Amino acid sequence: MWGVNRALRSGGIARIATLAVALLLGACGPSAPRVEVIHFWAMGTEAEVLAQLLPEFERTHPLIKVEVQQLAWTAAHEKLLTAVAGDATPDLCQLGNSWIPELVALKALEPLAARVSSSQQVVADDYFPGVWQTNTVEGTLYAVPWYVDTRLLFYRRDLLRAAGFDAPAQTWTGWLAQLKAIKRMVGPQRYAVLMPLNEFEPLQILALEQSEPMLRDGGRYGNFRSDSFRRALSFYRDLFAESLAPAMTNQQIANVWNEMGKGFFTFYISGPWNIAEFKRRLPAELQSSWMTAPMPGPEGPGVSNAGGSSLVVFRRSKHQQSAWELLEYLSTPAIQRRFYELTGDLPPRRSSWQAGTIATDPYTQAFRSQLERLRTFPQVPEWEEIMQEMRIMAERVAQGQEDVDSAVTAFDLHVDDMLAKRRWMLARQQGRLSANP
Amino acid sequence: MSSRPDTRGYAQSQSGWLFALPALLLIGVFFLLPVLGALLLSFTDFDLYALADVSNLRIVGLHNYHTLLITPMFWKALGNTSVFVILGVPLSLIASLGTALLVDSRLTRFRGFFRTALFAPVVTTLVAVALIWRYMLHTRYGLINDLLTHLGLPAIDWLGDPHWSMPAIVLLAVWKNFGYNMIILLAALQNIPEDLYEAARLEGAAAWHCLRHVTLPLLVPTLTLVSIITVSGYFQLFPEPYVMTQGGPLQSTVSVLYFMFEQGFKWWNLGFASAVAFVLFALILLLTLLQLRLARRVGEI
Repeated sequence: MWGVNRALRSGGIARIATLAVALLLGACGPSAPRVEVIHFWAMGTEAEVLAQLLPEFERTHPLIKVEVQQLAWTAAHEKLLTAVAGDATPDLCQLGNSWIPELVALKALEPLAARVSSSQQVVADDYFPGVWQTNTVEGTLYAVPWYVDTRLLFYRRDLLRAAGFDAPAQTWTGWLAQLKAIKRMVGPQRYAVLMPLNEFEPLQILALEQSEPMLRDGGRYGNFRSDSFRRALSFYRDLFAESLAPAMTNQQIANVWNEMGKGFFTFYISGPWNIAEFKRRLPAELQSSWMTAPMPGPEGPGVSNAGGSSLVVFRRSKHQQSAWELLEYLSTPAIQRRFYELTGDLPPRRSSWQAGTIATDPYTQAFRSQLERLRTFPQVPEWEEIMQEMRIMAERVAQGQEDVDSAVTAFDLHVDDMLAKRRWMLARQQGRLSANP
Repeated sequence: MSSRPDTRGYAQSQSGWLFALPALLLIGVFFLLPVLGALLLSFTDFDLYALADVSNLRIVGLHNYHTLLITPMFWKALGNTSVFVILGVPLSLIASLGTALLVDSRLTRFRGFFRTALFAPVVTTLVAVALIWRYMLHTRYGLINDLLTHLGLPAIDWLGDPHWSMPAIVLLAVWKNFGYNMIILLAALQNIPEDLYEAARLEGAAAWHCLRHVTLPLLVPTLTLVSIITVSGYFQLFPEPYVMTQGGPLQSTVSVLYFMFEQGFKWWNLGFASAVAFVLFALILLLTLLQLRLARRVGEI
């Protein structure tokens, strides 16, 4: 019966199906305790490994049954927005944390602050503050972090040592000197660092490391003409202008791991998923010659981006309590450690890091210290679009087609245009607030 | 006297409509209504915020169309698409016609095999094929660059150089699509009566003259059809850049449809995306009418 209900829901005639099921249930009579089925949408690998984590939950919660639906990352965003539009949202869902503001704007998510404050399992102070903040939109908590994706340096120890350095520098100046030394050593055919032109994250991190934020006035206007952003973009441009980084996309590289193994580049800014990939794909003789290190900053140890996935409860869910219990279960340190061992996803709370392989793996230690220095990107629904446009602008600058000055001026105006509707909405909300005090 | 045939005509047309009704209903519900909806949408600023709360929807008149005309990215996309059409359509037609003539010729052995083999790219999955093409076009390890360097030519950064990315997409699209037109042209070739060729040969026409004065004139209607389908199809370029380059490098492979897809389904600016759709529709309609008129003139000569 539930299977049929589910099939109909996904067909998009949720209301009729719910009605039919309600009638059927009414006919069943009230005697036996009812098993509640909660629908949980998760992406890619995470959805796959849930099958190994859920039996224990269902054993300790006999009245809850969990139905997991696996979404592909590339299709998830569209699917979620259509689900909201068609009133067919799940109970619990994994959400890339940059999508939270969008779904908040759609009024699709249930605020969670009250549940968190009375929870024994989800302890806000135990979470890394940078990533916790991404789950809060205008002061209200809408999600709980599930795992963190931050980016930092992957590098070839042997090449760095051959260029005369024991460890990666902690400041931009020091790092730049290392990159130049490596470039002198490897010659024109190879490079010091890989910053793929199809990713916005490397430049986003350089910009997050600055003192001024990228949007101003409560996310109403762009702030890309600021000295801070100019400094970040100039640093980025110089890496390409001085041939320290190849002006290439990931598609052109084709196989990043092979190329790093061949020494095509020494540094690579990437995330935790690549730890497992490098362990698996680099040949045995190279296994001792790669390492991870925190991001260097303009004046000292740098900050990085607070990406990752969160768990959210949907506002229209009829099983919010059960969904929350599952969220609590997945947030316990022991389960997070097992989850890490199954996926390589880094846990977002400190106590999860204190035992097991994650506490001892040499490659995760740089991430552990980076997680204390995360900075949140502006929480506006337009952010992802702004970042894509920034990538396009940065690609032109990196290819030498536009200079920093005219690029940031034009881009800042473009961002103001993208935020026009948001400004109109905020002004209208404020008008309404002042009209009815 | 005259009333009888009239009522019969009326009854006949009535039953005709009745027979057509199911099809008309389907077209109405699944084509006309959505198109009308999209047209109305293109006069609003429907976006994420409007999806949350309809009171956030504003009727903006022709504002979307105006914004579109002053958006540099749209013109760039239109330029890219035009380059693709101008390079791709003639190449595609020449390839289709050439292969159709070859596999139609009696001198060719294993005709059945070649017909199937040349049609095979049409039925393959683009995503799988694109993966292989990405390796073939690879700057350092690619087969195509290997060939070029063997011939003493410089290697080309196919997918990384904005000047070469569109030609690379054209190459893939032509290879993927020529088989379809080849089959249509082949059918038309087989419909040309053999006695016309015999008569021409008796008059002393060489192979080239046969082609020029018998085959091609008789193929004009089919060639018109094929070129109209190809032009309107190529104007809707989308999957090739979507899987090969994601619009890069430097937005050199962003097509109008790709631009619309990003606006509509990535950023949820559905009002704006609808305006793009209608501008593209108008463009394709205009070009098709132009082609029909041209073909009529060629037919008259």
